[in-house]
Amino acid sequence: MRGRAGRYVGLLGVQVRASAVTSMQYRVDFLIEGAMSLYWLGWNLVPLLIVYNQRPTVAGWDFPSALVVIAWFSVLRGLLEGAVNPSLVGVVEKIRTGEFDYLLLKPADAQFLVSTAKFEPWKVLDVLGGIGLAVAAFVMLGRVPAAADVALCVVLLFGAALVLYSLWILIISASFWVIRLDNLVYLFMAVFDAARWPIAVFRGFWRVLFTLVIPLALMTTFPAMAILGTLESHVAILGLGGAVVFAAAARLLWRAAIRSYTSASS
Amino acid sequence: MPSETLPAWRAALRATPTLLRVGVAETVAYRVEFVIWMMTTTLPLIMLGLWTSVAAEAPFAQFGQREFVAYYIAVLIVRNLTGSWVVWQINEEIRRGLLSFRLLRPVHPFVTYAASHLASVPMRSVIAIPFAVILLISSAREILVTDPVMLLVLAASLLGAWLITFFILLMIGAVGLFVDKSVAVFEVYMGFFAVLSGYLVPPALMPGWVASIAKWTPFPSMLGFPVQLAIGSYHRRLDALGDLAIQWGWVVLVIVAALAVWRAGIRRYEAFGS
Repeated sequence: MRGRAGRYVGLLGVQVRASAVTSMQYRVDFLIEGAMSLYWLGWNLVPLLIVYNQRPTVAGWDFPSALVVIAWFSVLRGLLEGAVNPSLVGVVEKIRTGEFDYLLLKPADAQFLVSTAKFEPWKVLDVLGGIGLAVAAFVMLGRVPAAADVALCVVLLFGAALVLYSLWILIISASFWVIRLDNLVYLFMAVFDAARWPIAVFRGFWRVLFTLVIPLALMTTFPAMAILGTLESHVAILGLGGAVVFAAAARLLWRAAIRSYTSASS
Repeated sequence: MPSETLPAWRAALRATPTLLRVGVAETVAYRVEFVIWMMTTTLPLIMLGLWTSVAAEAPFAQFGQREFVAYYIAVLIVRNLTGSWVVWQINEEIRRGLLSFRLLRPVHPFVTYAASHLASVPMRSVIAIPFAVILLISSAREILVTDPVMLLVLAASLLGAWLITFFILLMIGAVGLFVDKSVAVFEVYMGFFAVLSGYLVPPALMPGWVASIAKWTPFPSMLGFPVQLAIGSYHRRLDALGDLAIQWGWVVLVIVAALAVWRAGIRRYEAFGS
């Protein structure tokens, strides 16, 4: 008998394979998606190019550093649109129509099943594009990041992905009580857009909102500072701690939501 | 039957008040969704974050903090008044076959779409616009336009911007009658719109080559032109009237193009739908 973890790894493999097979049927999409992500990556740089054409720094960030933030923004958007959104967008609809019942009957954790239902492998192009931008930024800086900094950056990016995923689970859990939340995904993406600039450009209320309530700082600015070697270690620890707290809160609310859902329908 | 002998435009005219009432009722019924849709147009505020931070150190070109705040809040207002999600609506109706019911009605589908989207404008104005207008007036009163002639031009330009945006979106929706990926077409369009209309960067700050491309597209007429009118970037009435003429030229062109694409698409849709 394989262990519980082994079973879930196997299940994940099956779900990923199913998504990969589906998307291989739409190979033209690969070209379209690829062109679109390059296209948006390019447009996103336009304001930055205009600003830095006349200024050496903005709010203490020079051009290559700001480029690293945009790079991580692109990586995270690729993860979000490729691995998180596709599965979770459908859940709200399933809850509304009652199709969710069938999911609960399956002999595996419901949160795991809904979170891995669908992947869009082509979005890996956004991730690659982002990494390319980061490499370009370091070429401009003329140095190689220290191995420890890269490691910390990768850990923080995982933390960021965890926070994004947890925010999604929180939204979905809320939809057990408030049914119509279909277009909340667009709002979510619109807010996430703010992560493209270093958090230092926002002031006052917005800075607090984007650091503590919707932790955008943790998502792109902190990993960028980590790889640039300017992140203080206590900030990194606080950030990762925050990510874990977010994930735990999302899990707890999800379980509360499931309990109220089953008791409501029977 | 008298109603069958009515010319098409009279029928449309007679149906319009009812269609508008239905539109208002729909907007009120789905008010939460509606508010969320409106809140997704926050990109101007995000851009404003970057630019105010830039301008806090020193004015950028001729733009100080006040100009940036005025510009992007005006963008938010114009975008809220003129934007719509008719592309998604048409896509959904094509996919689920609901379009057939719409085609059965005795008025042109463009009229019914336009009525339901126009009807949502007052509701939008009630929620978002007062805040934005108060913010705009309190932060940049001195530079806002006050000349009555210019205010009339502004009103005409807002209507023109709405018409161009709406008919371009209808045209993209109609492309969905030919290909499955009309939302991808919409994304390409949004990319050009974002840069060329002044949504991301004020036209005054665009690099020369971007500005010269923008000049030959309808995009500046859809956003940059009314916004610049509102924040008093036009000093001579003649310049403003000239740009208004260009805008309305685009209105005519876009309507004709949208009708043509729609007619060709419907012929195809009927061909395999029935």
